[in-house]
Amino acid sequence: MPQSAEKVIDHEMLFRQPEYADMFAKKKSEFEFKHPDEKISEVNEWTKTTEYQTLNFQRQALTVNPAKACQPLGAVFAANGFKGTLPFVHGSQGCVAYYRSHFTRHFKEPTSCVSSSMTEDAAVFGGLNNMVDGLANSYRLYKPEMIAVSTTCMAEVIGDDLDAFIKTSKQKGSIPAEFDVPFAHTPAFVGSHITGYDNALLGVLKHFWDGKANTTAPLTRVPNESINFIGGFDGFVVGNMAAIRQIFEAFGVEYTILCDPSDAWNTPTDGEFRMFDGGTTKDEVERALNAKATIVFQEFSCEKTTKFIRAHDQEVVALNSPIGVAGTDELVMAISRLTGKPVPESLTKERGRLVDALADSQAHLHGKKFALYGDPDLMLGLTQFLLELGAEPVTVLSTNGGEEWAAKVQALFDASPFGSDCKVYPKKDLWHLRSLLFTAPVDFLIGNTYGKYLERDCGVPLIRLGFPVFDRHHYHRFPIWGYEGSLRVLVMLLDELFEQLDQSTIVTAKTDISYDIIR
Amino acid sequence: MAALRQIAFYGKGGIGKSTTSQNTLAALAEMGQKILIVGCDPKADSTRLILHAKAQDTVLSLAAEAGSVEDLELEDVLKVGYRDIRCVESGGPEPGVGCAGRGVITSINFLEENGAYDGVDYVSYDVLGDVVCGGFAMPIRENKAQEIYIVMSGEMMAMYAANNISKGILKYANSGGVRLGGLICNERQTDKEYELSDALAKKLGTKLIHFVPRDNVVQHAELRRMTVLEYDPDSKQAAEYRELASKIHNNAGNGTIPTPITMDELEDLLMEFGIMKKEDESIIGKKAKEVAA
Repeated sequence: MPQSAEKVIDHEMLFRQPEYADMFAKKKSEFEFKHPDEKISEVNEWTKTTEYQTLNFQRQALTVNPAKACQPLGAVFAANGFKGTLPFVHGSQGCVAYYRSHFTRHFKEPTSCVSSSMTEDAAVFGGLNNMVDGLANSYRLYKPEMIAVSTTCMAEVIGDDLDAFIKTSKQKGSIPAEFDVPFAHTPAFVGSHITGYDNALLGVLKHFWDGKANTTAPLTRVPNESINFIGGFDGFVVGNMAAIRQIFEAFGVEYTILCDPSDAWNTPTDGEFRMFDGGTTKDEVERALNAKATIVFQEFSCEKTTKFIRAHDQEVVALNSPIGVAGTDELVMAISRLTGKPVPESLTKERGRLVDALADSQAHLHGKKFALYGDPDLMLGLTQFLLELGAEPVTVLSTNGGEEWAAKVQALFDASPFGSDCKVYPKKDLWHLRSLLFTAPVDFLIGNTYGKYLERDCGVPLIRLGFPVFDRHHYHRFPIWGYEGSLRVLVMLLDELFEQLDQSTIVTAKTDISYDIIR
Repeated sequence: MAALRQIAFYGKGGIGKSTTSQNTLAALAEMGQKILIVGCDPKADSTRLILHAKAQDTVLSLAAEAGSVEDLELEDVLKVGYRDIRCVESGGPEPGVGCAGRGVITSINFLEENGAYDGVDYVSYDVLGDVVCGGFAMPIRENKAQEIYIVMSGEMMAMYAANNISKGILKYANSGGVRLGGLICNERQTDKEYELSDALAKKLGTKLIHFVPRDNVVQHAELRRMTVLEYDPDSKQAAEYRELASKIHNNAGNGTIPTPITMDELEDLLMEFGIMKKEDESIIGKKAKEVAA
C-alpha cells in the first residue's frame, strides 16, 4: 500500500498513487458501463446551449442545488444570538446534527444545540414526552439561562403544539415555571433559513414583550432614545457585528443589538470551554421595547419581526444589507436622523478612505461582468455596490428571493447606467445559474462555497461572499458591512481580478508582456 | 368592535356537524355578526350551504396548482356567501395518501398571516370527526378557538366520539385557554335521546346547550344547497337554529374544562337508561344455533 506511518501521504496526493489509479481504471472498465466519452461530452456540450436553457427554465417539479437551507438552521442561528441560550430543536437527531456541523464547518467553532431526539414512537404518539424529558435534561446538564425551542419537519407534520407542550413540561416539573422558553414553529419545508431566523427572533421578542405566552402581563412601552439593531441571518456575523458596534460607538448613542451570536462563534482558545459566550441579555430584550426605533439591516430576513415591532408602535428602518459608499451612507444617515446626532468625524474619515480606495481601483473593475447568487438582502447589497463600482451584475439570482425582491433588484438596475444589461432571477436554483453562466458569460461569480462546482464547470472564477464558506478559513472574522467592510469586499473582488490577470499573462515569452509588477 | 370570538365544531363523522354549524352560523349572521368559516375537513363540505356550491376550491388544492402556499392570495381562497359570511376550506389529500392534519395547520397559518381574521366577530372551525392527530387539534391551540361545541346524538358511537373529543380538549385545556362550550344533540330519534345526552353532558362536566329536533325541512334545504335559515326562514326549525345561535352567543366565557369518562362509565350510562342490556356472559361466543338449543 502507498500509505505508511513514516511518510503519510495526504488526501490530496494519495489517490493519485498507482495502486489507486489502477483500481479506479479497473472499476471504470469492468463495472461502470458508462456511455462512451464522446457521447458524454456531446451531451455536456448540449447542456451549455440556449436550447437547453429554455428547457431548463421550463422545469417545474424539480429543484437542482437550491441556494438555500431550511428554517431550523436559521432558528438555531437566532437562538445563538442570546446570552446563555441553548437552541433546542424539537425533532429528530439527524436534522440537528446537520445544523451543528453546518455552522461548525463555516465558523470553525463548536456550535451547541440539542434535539428532543424524536424517534418512531414519538412520530406515532406525539413528541410530548420528548419535550418533557428533553427540557429537563437540557436544563440540568447544560444550565442555560434560557432555552429557545424550534421544530423540524417531523414535529410539524404530526402537528406538535409547542406552546401546550412547553406549558405541560413546566406543569410536570421538568423545568421551573418561571424559566424562559421562547419558541417558534419552523417547518423546514416552508421558506428557508432566513424565514427560520425571522420566526425564532420573533418568538423571543414575543415571549418577552407580550407576556411570556400568557403567563405574565405584557410589557408596556415607555419610549426612550435608544436604537435597536437587528442584523438578520449573516455568515459574516463575527466581523460584521464588531463593525456595526464600532459605528454605534462612534456616534456615542445608546443602542441594543438584538441577536448577536458573534461571540458564541468566536471563542478564544485559552484552556476554558465556553458553551455560551456573549449574546443579547434578557434584560436588553425587554428594554428594547422602549427603544425609539429599530434598524433592521436585512429586511427579507426579518419580515414578520418587522411587522411585530411596528405593531408595538416603534419605528422600523428596514434596509437591504447596504454595502459600499452610498449603501453605508444609508445606515449612517438613518442613525443620525433617528438620534439627532451629527455623523462623527471618524466615520466621515473612514468614508473618505473608502472613496479613495474605490478611486484607486475603479479602472480595473469598470465594466467587469458579475453573476451573483445567495440570500435576497445580500444580493441587493452587493448589486448596489457593484453598480457603484461601475461593474455590471448581469445575473443576480436567488432561490429564497421572490417577486418583491426581484422588483427591488430591478429598481437598482434601472437607477444605474451599468444596470441596463442586467437581469434578476427570483426563485431559481444553481442549475438555472449554470445555464446562464454559459449563455450570458461573466468575468466573475459571487456566491458561497457550493459555487466552486460552477467555477469548475463553467470556468468562471468564484469570489466567496455568502453562507456557507467551508473551504476557505476565517472569512467570517472580517466584516463586509460598514465602510470598513465595504473595503474588505473591494479587496476580495480585486484579489480575484488581479489573480486572474496574472494567470492569463503568465506564459513566458508569449503573454507575459502584460505580466506586470505594478497593477 | 367586540373581541374576536373563535369557536369550533367537532363530532363524529356523518353526525350533521356541517349542517348544524352552517345553520347556526347563518342565524348568527342574521343577528348581525360578521362571520368567517374555516372548514377543516378534506371533504370540503363545510361551506356548501352558505355558498350554494358543490364544494369550494380549497386552500391546499389551489396551493398545489400555484406551486406553494406562499404563491396564494387571500382572495383566491376566500369566498363570500349568504349574509356576507366569509368561507374558506382548507382541503386536504385524497384518501389513503399524505397528511390531512398538516393541511389544517398550513391553511390556518396562511389565513392568519394574510389577515383573513381582520374585521370579523366570529371565526368558526368545522373539524372532521375525531381529534386524530396534532393537526386536527390546531383549532384548539392557544389563541385559537376558545370554545368547542361537540355535535352528537343518542347513538352509542356518537357519544363515544364526544367523550374522545373531550379527552383531546382536556389535553390542551390544562396548559391553555380552550374550553368545552357544550354538547349539541342533533336528534336521531333514538330512545330517551334527550335524557341520555343531558346525562352525558353532566358527566363530561358541561351542559347540553341545545337539542336540535329532527325535521325534514333540513333535508329539503340541503338538497337546494341552502341553510334552513335562507330556504325557509319562518319554519320552526329555523327558530331552533336561532335559539342555538343565541345560546352560543351568550355562552362566551362559560366554557368548562371537560371531565372525560372511561369506556366502562360510558357503558354504565347506557345501561342506566336501558339502552344497553347488562352483559350476559353466558351468550358470549355462542352461535345462533347454540343459543336456540
